This record gives sequence, structure tokens and C-alpha cells, in this order.
Amino acid sequence: MAEDHFILRCENVTVDYDGFKALNNCNFSVRHNELRVVIGPNGAGKTTLLDVICGKTKPFSGKVIFGDNVDLTTKNAETIAKLGVGRKFQAPSIYGNLSVWENLDLSLKRTSKGVFSTLVGKSTPAERVRIEETLEMIGLEAHAYDRAGSLSHGQKQWLEIGMVILQDPLLLLVDEPVAGMSDKETEQTGRLLQALSEKQAIVVIEHDMDFVRQIARIVTVLAEGTVICEGTVEHVQADDQVREIYLGRAKVAH
Amino acid sequence: MKGWRCAAIVILLMVVSAVMGPHQRLLFAEEVSSQPSETASAPVAVLSIEQALSGIQSDDPAVRQAAATFLIEKGDAGLIPKLDEIRAEGSRIVRQTIKPVVDLLKNKANLMHESPDFRRSAAADLALTGRVEAIPYLKEAADKEDVWWVRYTMEESWHLLELNSDDPAVRLEAVKKLGELRSLNSLSTLKELIEAGEQSEATEQQKELAAAGRAAVERIETWSMWAGVLETLFRGISLSSILLIMSLGLAIVFGLMGVINMAHGELMMIGAYATYVTQQAFIAWFSPEVFDWYFPAALPVAFLTAAMVGWVLEATVIRFLYGRLLETLLATWGISLILMQAARVYFGDLTAVIAPQALRGGAQVMVGVYLPYNRIFIIVLSVVCVVGVYYLLFRSNLGMRVRAVTQNRNMSACLGIPTRKVDSYTFAFASGLAGVAGWALTMVGNVDPGLGQNYIVDSFMVVVTGGVGKLAGTIWASLGIGGLNKVIEPFTGAVYGKVFILLGVILFLQWRPSGLFAAKGRSADA
Amino acid sequence: MPEPMRSPQDSRETWPFYSAVALFLIVLPLLNVLPPEDSWLHLSDFRLNQFGKFLCFAILAIGLDLTWGYCGVLSLGQGVFFGFGAYCMGMYLALQIGKESVYGSDLPDFMVWTQVKELPWFWIPFKSFWAGLLGAILVPVLFATIFGFLAFRSRIKGVYFAIITQALAFAAWLVFNRNETRLGGTNGLTDFKQILGFRLSDPSTQRGLYILTVLALIGAYLLCRWIVESRTGKVLIAIRDSESRVVFSGYTPWVYKLFVFVVAAGLAGLAGLLYVPQVGIITPAQIGVLPSLEVVIWVAVGGRGTLVGAVLGAVTVNYGRSVLTNYFPEAWPFILGGLFVVVVTMFPDGLIGIFRKLFSGGPPAPGLAVQKAQGGS
Repeated sequence: MAEDHFILRCENVTVDYDGFKALNNCNFSVRHNELRVVIGPNGAGKTTLLDVICGKTKPFSGKVIFGDNVDLTTKNAETIAKLGVGRKFQAPSIYGNLSVWENLDLSLKRTSKGVFSTLVGKSTPAERVRIEETLEMIGLEAHAYDRAGSLSHGQKQWLEIGMVILQDPLLLLVDEPVAGMSDKETEQTGRLLQALSEKQAIVVIEHDMDFVRQIARIVTVLAEGTVICEGTVEHVQADDQVREIYLGRAKVAH
Repeated sequence: MKGWRCAAIVILLMVVSAVMGPHQRLLFAEEVSSQPSETASAPVAVLSIEQALSGIQSDDPAVRQAAATFLIEKGDAGLIPKLDEIRAEGSRIVRQTIKPVVDLLKNKANLMHESPDFRRSAAADLALTGRVEAIPYLKEAADKEDVWWVRYTMEESWHLLELNSDDPAVRLEAVKKLGELRSLNSLSTLKELIEAGEQSEATEQQKELAAAGRAAVERIETWSMWAGVLETLFRGISLSSILLIMSLGLAIVFGLMGVINMAHGELMMIGAYATYVTQQAFIAWFSPEVFDWYFPAALPVAFLTAAMVGWVLEATVIRFLYGRLLETLLATWGISLILMQAARVYFGDLTAVIAPQALRGGAQVMVGVYLPYNRIFIIVLSVVCVVGVYYLLFRSNLGMRVRAVTQNRNMSACLGIPTRKVDSYTFAFASGLAGVAGWALTMVGNVDPGLGQNYIVDSFMVVVTGGVGKLAGTIWASLGIGGLNKVIEPFTGAVYGKVFILLGVILFLQWRPSGLFAAKGRSADA
Repeated sequence: MPEPMRSPQDSRETWPFYSAVALFLIVLPLLNVLPPEDSWLHLSDFRLNQFGKFLCFAILAIGLDLTWGYCGVLSLGQGVFFGFGAYCMGMYLALQIGKESVYGSDLPDFMVWTQVKELPWFWIPFKSFWAGLLGAILVPVLFATIFGFLAFRSRIKGVYFAIITQALAFAAWLVFNRNETRLGGTNGLTDFKQILGFRLSDPSTQRGLYILTVLALIGAYLLCRWIVESRTGKVLIAIRDSESRVVFSGYTPWVYKLFVFVVAAGLAGLAGLLYVPQVGIITPAQIGVLPSLEVVIWVAVGGRGTLVGAVLGAVTVNYGRSVLTNYFPEAWPFILGGLFVVVVTMFPDGLIGIFRKLFSGGPPAPGLAVQKAQGGS
């Protein structure tokens, strides 16, 4: 069965915000170890799609199957995070009053994240090594004991990516990771994401087409809450419907 | 719609509570005297007023009674001075004979008084005398009466008097008629009749009367239950409108500006004191004829004073705290302490304003349902305020600017909207609304420094339950909380009623953590 | 390798902590006992007792600092938990009055006035000291668990939570004022005579209670410091900074909030328990909306998010109050209100923040960032 290769299948997902359908019967699937880029005009429902997957928003109808048969729409956000879905938000979302190290330490995957185990828990040497490796990967070794709130915008984005990596997610949701980054940082981010996709599935939302070309194998185009096209970058760019949506919306709408 | 459903539930609860709750209806506690009227022992002819006036001083009880009856039937209020003279000089027996005559004549005169209140109370008093001689007056007055409630009382009174009649047929007819009239005042008398009919030695007539009484009592009680429902409903709506009028300004600054204004109650207090000061100014400088005008004159005074204080607050404190909800709560609480203490030091502890004539008393809309004018006034005012706020915020240019600034400050600034001004005007306007609320509250309570504190917790409950930034939420929440309060109160008393409301709000928030009408969409924080 | 779990803001609290311990545990009692009564160094029994009261308030404040300063959960109902603790102990003390009461009855005086013939059932356990002691801690803990569970589980947070807890304080005040709750109504419980056989009027008993209070405060402080320095403490700060992110890191914020809320309630109960025998009276006036809000101002004045700040704030504000109300009784509400406004708008980090700026010129204290983080709530 081909379906077994999918780590995520969204089936007929609809999200309704007071009559405005942010997602309209959306079908969307991601395979294991796939790096998928989702593009689309503003208001196409990209962020809403991620919100539904990670449990921040409950859909009006439809199913989100994670792995073989777990329906994420019935789970809350904490459970979904524990099941192995990591999320990096559009605006960098980190703990500004903790040090970079503490930010990473809190995100590290642990068997229990209850009050008691955090109260008495100490980091094991293996965990420290893991955090140090990640610090290196995201280039923040020098800032390990700085207040995270004092980092630059780009560094915060990296820190958040590092936090999500440490959760060891099976599926990584990344919302506009390179917004506000310099070209060099953007390229580094691209390489980082590609390296990560060796081990886990990643869904990236992005506007920057250069970045999309750098990292994407398959691109999904979302418009008005529905997937309208899926394929390689070239295929998508050649698609008439996509061109209309991006360039001549007025014509389509008469 | 959710709101309608909630409202329906609240109304249903009110009905239930009124049906099941302990009836605390005020019946006329005084018993209608039911002894048969003393009849003269022998027919004594009295032919003229003069004869009667002398006869009433006679030593013969028969003559005295005949004279009294004659005076009651034929006399008028003009005789009262003379009778008073006679009474002043007469013996104890004479005084006792004259007293009811004078009362009856006074009431008879009052039946034609120009004020309906006087006419009505005269009719009610006559029923209490138990003198069948008064029946013709009442019938005559009722014919000329055009205020239905007064006419009703007259009819009720004469039927009550007919219960004292010698003729069993008349009594039976009166019982039936009282049932038809749903006369609450006759309940105790009718119950006595039923009791008399149940006695073993009761005559056929008494039994018949008791049967008719039972039917009448049942009719009256059903009616009074529904009247109770209506009154509970009214009390609920009245409290709701007070809550609403207070919560409006609170909801505006909370929903649109992200400010929790704990000093809102004190702004109301300022409105109330502004009303009080206006009243004092009218007393000091204007003639008593125009005194009642102080109340309308106080409206702009209250609004502007509170708005000005709000404007100053915004400029000096609040503007530094935008976007920091908890901090606004704490700082405004500090302000509320200062304002409260200032009022205590300056005005002392307790004052009150005198309601203008037009807001005193109330309307009897149907048998058993009396609506005080001051409550009606607040209900109307709250509707006016809601409609006004709605138009101002959602149908005017100004309102559009306010909403634009609250949604995207920077963008609005780019479009040339003076965001600072919009902020301070919005806050001043909401404070002015608090002032208006304070103005209205002077009609239902005292003016004291703690005025705001009495209601602030309740009005915050309303805002929290209603959800942020939705006018409809505030309206439904105040209806719900006000209504429930009045439903629970008869069962538990006011204190535990409040405790139950708090519990209810907590449980409600379990179901809808962000209130009745939460903003949905991307902007909503998880 | 350096200890990796280190926040930028802690670890500076050591010297104020030790100096405070030295002052309150050693210096003040010695000043009470050693110098002769007419010496300027002498600390009167009255003053020592007063400090004991302030330190009870400090225990209450530390609890609030844990929830508000660290976790961003502002409870405006701490006075209720304090009241539960105080009333539990007060019931024990009231039953210890015995035949010494005005009416010479076994029942507390107010019951005699209100025609209560028999001890109500819930008073009976409080004949025992241990019930008073345990009840003073467990009743608030239990109540906070239920209330907090309902509130936090349904994600009532930020200002909603503050308002709900304020309503709780209001409701509790109403209920405690009633006579039929058999807790003394408006007059509360008072006129206590002895505790465990020690006369309360005896200065040495009061001195002992004072020492106990200091020890309890040290214990409370160490407990809270242990919590905030553990990983739990970091999770609390993380919740304050970005609750939604914490969820996506796999933590369940409401459980953590409930945890600190319950700890704070227990500390409030402890504070109430120690307060009653030293002050000698507990009335509903101590548990209403206003007293609950005053706790917030202590913490804010001292500097939230620094446990030492809570202690400093509680002692400073209350000391200031006792001095000022002597000279200008009408001015106190103005000063209290003004403090609120000034601290919130101009000194969000309180006294500790000011000290830090003066002594080190170091990095901005965490409070400044706290406000930003709360902005979205």
C-alpha cells in the first residue's frame, strides 16, 4: 500500500472562521523524510494548515492522520507535540527571560515533562552533549548563557529551530524560517533544513522563491484554502492556474 | 443564536423560580373587618342633615346610628369641620360614632380627588372600613373614573364590601366577581370564607360560598403566580440593565483598548457626585419650582466630569501601560483607591439625591404587577446607551477610526489617523459613560464613596462572561447574570446568590474560556 | 564545565538573604532581650510582635511572587487562603479559651451571643492543636487545588484569572461575614488566651512565635528558591514568557500553574496560621478584596520575580504603613494607591530593581521583559 509511506495525511480539512473558510476541503499528504514546501498568496490558509496539524486550531470537519492511524484532530496540542510533531512559529517564539541553554534544555525530548520530574530532574551528560551539538549546529555556542531575549532576530529564529530539533520530532512544521534573515543566513538555514530532512519529514511555509528553489523537491500551492497544484518547482511555475493566482487574480475572478 | 438560547434559559428559570419560590407577595396585612354592620335597633327616621347632626349627639344608640347612617349616605366633605367640632366636645361614645363617619366622608371626597393616587388609596381605605354604605359612593365614582387601575380598585373595594352584605346572593356574586377581578386583596377574606364553609356546623349557604371562594382563590393564585413571574422578570431585567450600563464603558476600554479599568466604579461614583453637586447647586441658586430640572441638567455635568477625569487618567497613567493588561489592572486599582479616599475626605460618607417627581412612584401595568418608574428609567437608559454606543462605534466615522487604531495602530498612524487622540477620546468617552451610569444609579441608591465598589466585581463578571470586544456578549452576559441573580436570590438570599453566580461563571468559563462571544480567527491567541 | 542550568537573573539573592536572616533571626530578638528598656537600642515587645506580623505577610508575599513573579499568574485572592489558614488556627485558639471566656461557657463568646447551643460539627476537630496546624495548611491547599483545577484546566488565564480570583475574594468575604457560617461573623475570632498551654499575653511566648515565624519564612524562602532554580522554575518562566510555545515543547502549562498556585496557597495558609496567635484577632476584613490586592503591591514594591523582593516589599510597605497611619490616618489610602500607580508605571522592578541598577549597573532586570511577555495575554 502506497499510503504506508505517508507520515501525514490531511483529508478534506475545513476550517471556518465566522463564515470565512480559511481551509476549504483541503487534502494534503507528506511522506516520510520528505522536505515539502508550501507556498501560496496571503490568506491562502498556509499558517492555518500548520495550526490544524499541531492542534492549535480545531478544524470544522475533516481528518488529519499522523503516522499510520492517529487522528490529530482529536488530540490537544501537548499530546501532539509528544507524539512527535514540532512547530516553529512565524514570529520567533522563544523564552526571552531564559538563557539560550535553558531554552534548549527545556525543549529537549524527555520521557516525562510533568512537574515532579522537572522539579528533581538534572541533565544527564548525554543530554548536555546533545545540547552542545545543537548549539553548534545553530551557531549559538558563544551565546549559550546569554538571555535569549537579547539575541538578534536571526539568532532567535535559529534558536527556535534548535529548540524544535531537540524535540526529535518525526514531523517538523516550519513557518517562514528565513523572514528577516540576510542572504547568507538564509542559505545556511536552507542547508540546515536539508540536512534535517535526512532524518525527519519537514513542512516549510515560505514566500521567498529563491529559498524555495534552493531547498524544495516538491512544492504544494495553496490558494483559498485548497491545494491547487503540487509538483516540482518547475512544474508549479509552469502551471497556468498558479500563474493566474499569483499574477492575474482579477482575471480569474472576472 | 447562542445568545437567544441563553436568554430563553434565563427567562425559563425566572418562571420556574417564581412558580416555586416562596411567595413573598405583599398582601394587605390588615384584615378586612368582617363583622356585620350594626343595624339600628328600631327604625328611626332622620330627614335632614341638621337633624342628623343633632341626632348623632343623642344618648339613644338607635338615634345615633340612624343619624350616622344618614350622614354617611347623604353627607359630604363639607360636613367634616362641623363634625370635628362636635367630636371635640362630645362624649367618648359620640366620638366613637363620629370617627368612622368622618373617615368615610373624607374618603368619599377623595374619591373625586384630582390625583389618581389619592382616589385609589381612598377606594382601598373604604374597603377596609367594612361599611356597606360606602358601596354607592364607589359605584358612582367608578362610573366617572377613567384611570383603569383606580377604577379596578374601586370595583375591587365595593365587591369586598359586598362580602359584608346581608343578602347571601349578593355575597355569592361578590365572591365570584372578586375571582374574576383576580383581587389579591381579597385572598385572606376568601380563605376565611372557605374555612368557615369547611366547619362541620356550616350552613348550606356557607358551603356554597366556600365553594365559590375556592374557585375564586384558585383563579387569583394562578394569576398571582404569573404576576410573580413577570415581576421577577422585571427585577432581573432591571438589575441586568444596571449591570449593562456599567459594563458598557468597561467593555469598551477592555475590548478596544486592552485596558482593565478598575477605577471604572470610581468614575461612576464621580458621575453620582456630579449629580449630587448639581442638585445642591439647584437648591442654592434656583427657585424650588425648577428643582426637578436639576436631574436632566446633571446628565451633561456627570458625563463631562467623568470624561474629564478619564481624560486626565489616560494622559497621565494609562497611556504608559497600553498592551500590559495586568499592569493596567493594578495601576487603575491604585487610582480607584485614591479617588475613593478623596471622595470620603471631601464629601464624607453618605449622601443621597432626591428623585425628580417624574421618577417617583411607578406604573401598575396589570393586577399584581407594579413597575417603579426609576427602574423603568434605567432600563430605557441602558437601551439608549447601547444603541448610542453601537452607532458611535460601528456606524460612524469616528467609531471606524477607533476600531482601526485598536486593530492596527501603526497602519492607522500611516493613514493619518491621530492615534494618540483617538486613544484619549475613546478612554474619555468610556469614562463619560461611567459618569452617566453613576448619574442613573443615584435614582436607585445612595451616593457614597463605595458606590463603585458595590458593583465593580459584578460588572467585571459580565465583561469576562461576555467575551472581549463584543457588544452583544456584554448585553447577553448582563442579562444572564442579572437575571440569574434575581432567580437565585429568593432561594438563597443575596450573599449566597452572589457566591452561586461566581461558581456559575467559573463553570461557564469551563465551557467557554473566552466568554460567550470570543473573537475567532487568526488574531485570537491560543 | 560551568553549571549549565543558570539563569541570568538568579544567584544574586544570596547576600540579601543571609543579611536578612541575620537581622530578623538574630539581631532583632537580641535587641528585644539584651538592651535595658530605656536604651535607644531596645526593641520593645510591641515592635518585635509587629515585625512578626510583617514577616507573616512576607510568607504570604513569597507565595504570590512564585505565581505572579515567576509564572505570570496574578491571583487577587491570596487573602482567602491566608484567611483559611488564619481561621483554622483561630478556631483552635478560640476553643482553647475555655472557661476564661466572658460568659464562662465552653463555647466561644460569639456562639453564646448568637444562641448556638452546641459546637458545630466542623469546629470539633479543632479542639486539637494538630488539627489546627494541619487544617491551616491543608484547607487552603485543598481549596486551591479544586479552584485552580477548574480555572487552569479550562485555560482561564491572565487578566481573566485575576478577575475570577478577585470575585473569589469578594465571595469569601461575603460568606465569612455571615453569622450562620458560625465563624464569628463580622467580628471574627478574637480574645485568645493560650496556645499549647503558653499564655499568649506573655512576651516570651510572643518571642517564641516570632522566632518560629522567621524560621517558617526561611523555610518558605528556601522551598521557593529550590522550585525556581530547578527545571520547574525555568518552565514557570517559560510559561510566563510564551505559554503557547511551552505547549508545543510538550509541557502542560496548566499543571505547572496549578502546582505553583497550590504551593502559594499553602504558604498563605502558613502565614495565616502564624499571624493569628501573634495579632490575636482574625476578621473577614483581613480576607477581602482589598487585603488580597495589598499582597500584590508588596510584591510589586519589592520587585517581582525575585523572592527576596517579596519579603523586602512586605516588610517595607507594612512598616511604612504602621508609621504613617499613626501620623496621617487619612492619608494611607492615598499613599497606597499612589504606590500602585508609581511602581507599576515607573518602577516595574521595584526596590530590588532599583538596588540592582544602583549597585551593579548590570543587565536589565527580568521585570522589564516580563511586561513585554505579558503584553499578548
